[in-house]
Amino acid sequence: MHIVRYRHYPQSDLSAALDRLTNMRAEMDRVFESTGSFSASPAPLSRWNPAVNVYQDKDRFTVVVELPGLKKEEIEISLHDDTLTIAGERKREESSEQEFLTERLYGKFQRSLTLPTAVDAEKVKASYKDGLLQVELPKAEEAKPKQIEVALK
Amino acid sequence: MNILSQPKKDQAMVSNEDDRQAVYVAPSADVESTDVGYVIRAEMPGVEKDGLEITVDRGELIILGRRKPIEVTGELIYREIRPHDFRRVYELAPSIDSTKITANIDQGILTVTLPKAETVKPRKIAVQ
Repeated sequence: MHIVRYRHYPQSDLSAALDRLTNMRAEMDRVFESTGSFSASPAPLSRWNPAVNVYQDKDRFTVVVELPGLKKEEIEISLHDDTLTIAGERKREESSEQEFLTERLYGKFQRSLTLPTAVDAEKVKASYKDGLLQVELPKAEEAKPKQIEVALK
Repeated sequence: MNILSQPKKDQAMVSNEDDRQAVYVAPSADVESTDVGYVIRAEMPGVEKDGLEITVDRGELIILGRRKPIEVTGELIYREIRPHDFRRVYELAPSIDSTKITANIDQGILTVTLPKAETVKPRKIAVQ
């Protein structure tokens, strides 16, 4: 039983091989793509590592993580000094169905990010919507850029 | 089982009616086969119901998810998330009843249920 008719494309094997290379390249791009002094934990190529964006303005950092298909209770967010850790597990639905084509990755995940300046742990907020986790980390008062008056004599 | 869909290419260039060239990413998707049909679960983080376009056309199922722009104040200092919208095409076997296809999206997972048409069971035919 097929969900699709098999279309014989002479290059179908090549496409499959290229897909694998492309996915590997995407993983490697993610490891190396980084601007400035920000550091994120290196992502092992074989495990599920959700993609992360980090934003900054003068008052806060915002970390956005792509985590589709989880429940709030399945996501753990913790902060230690200035390292934010997001972890959890995506469980496979129990299913006795015969055939699966699986591309999605499952299992435990963990990302740790060390932020370049101090944050106020008491004021961290997080929300999860449309499969995106958004964590707001207000900067600690001492770390905010300040306007200093310099008297010119 | 042989499932062939548009290969999960890194990016697919498709030109739409406006003649713009849109760049899409094929979402990772699991396909499950049951007695009553198929279920596709595709990952489309950042897509909500309004951003979905699901079409059946000439025996093909086209799923398209447009991401809502991430609303964050501040400058992007580290990027891994690819901002492209999602698109994937599946060729449907004749056994699928395309009028009964349903879909919903929850926390970025699009679930499309494709029921197989009622199979005609073998039946005895009375001889007159």
